[in-house]
Amino acid sequence: MKPYAVIGAFLVIGLLLPLMTVMAATLLSPRKPNPIKQDIYECGLKTVGETWVQFKVQYYIYALIFVVFDIEVVFLYPWAVAYNQLGLFALVEMLIFAGILLAGLLYAWRKGALSWV
Amino acid sequence: MSSVPLSWYLIVAALLFSIGAYGALARRNAIGILMGIELMLNAVNINLVAFWRYIEVTGLAGQLFAVIVITVAAAEAAVALALILAIYRTRDTVNVEEIDLLKW
Amino acid sequence: MTAEQVVFVLAAVVTLGSALGMVTTRSVFVGALWMIAVFGGVAALFILLGAGFLGIVQILVYIGAIAVLILFAIMLTPRVMGDPNAPRYNRQWPLVAVMASALASLLVALVLRTDWPLAQEGAPTITGFAVELGKGFMTTYILPFEVASVLLLVALIGAIVIAREE
Repeated sequence: MKPYAVIGAFLVIGLLLPLMTVMAATLLSPRKPNPIKQDIYECGLKTVGETWVQFKVQYYIYALIFVVFDIEVVFLYPWAVAYNQLGLFALVEMLIFAGILLAGLLYAWRKGALSWV
Repeated sequence: MSSVPLSWYLIVAALLFSIGAYGALARRNAIGILMGIELMLNAVNINLVAFWRYIEVTGLAGQLFAVIVITVAAAEAAVALALILAIYRTRDTVNVEEIDLLKW
Repeated sequence: MTAEQVVFVLAAVVTLGSALGMVTTRSVFVGALWMIAVFGGVAALFILLGAGFLGIVQILVYIGAIAVLILFAIMLTPRVMGDPNAPRYNRQWPLVAVMASALASLLVALVLRTDWPLAQEGAPTITGFAVELGKGFMTTYILPFEVASVLLLVALIGAIVIAREE
């Protein structure tokens, strides 16, 4: 449990630091409001068309392929750290595992799901 | 032994499961329903890991099963969202009350 | 209360509070952001249980991949988000609320009344467990390992076939 105490401390400091800067800004900065300063303003360009535009489904397929290979990493990691204690059999097994997923990648590639649109 | 009793974890998992079930059954948006189901799967994983920790800590099965559940959850989310996108393309809605062609 | 109990209560409050936020918020997009907080809280619970590997898997897969997938799907169905005044629940939601509360009380009562056969052993370390898991996947649990890859292949191909625009 001890190494996680460091991560917890890191989390607390990481949350405190930006909070402290914001607090310091409100505490230290001079405040002289006048009507022009407090006026509501808008910047940036006007949106062309609707704000919520229709994205292409292609982006979903990129995310999908990422998810599948993200999970492959979950299975690769225990295999990799235990590799020295395992024999040739484990290598063949992982090659089968990766080969099956490679077939999926090949399918996605042949269907043009990997090309950028 | 840990100072947190097993029942605390099981209660958190039970509450999370019930909240997820509520989200899955009450939402009108199909993606909201899917998110509720993900919560329920997370609650199941808490149970699996808690039982592994308190009852079967020398074995692998508890955590290994949780890894498989996470894999199945990802596959399920991928296919379910693809279905929702396909329905959205043809029916122009993801409101489950309007998708009732198979209802009699 | 010990430090472990304090951390547990914090993680549980974050998890359950965010879960309530997720199912009650009007916008599905905001709900998805609450869902990420739930996943983070569950990862903290895993780490607290001594399952560090699974906690990192939870962050990697749920927050890094599944949440992104869900956010993408929400962005791809904009007409759902277009109407902020549309009701978030269906007609049966009061009944569902009663049923969910009943289920929760039933499960909690069941947990409290059961006498669990506890083992008295410490949890293994994170790297130690990953090694054990790797060995397990290559020996006893070889079938679920290979089935997982077939499942992922089927999900990948199936989702591409369903989602692709012709």
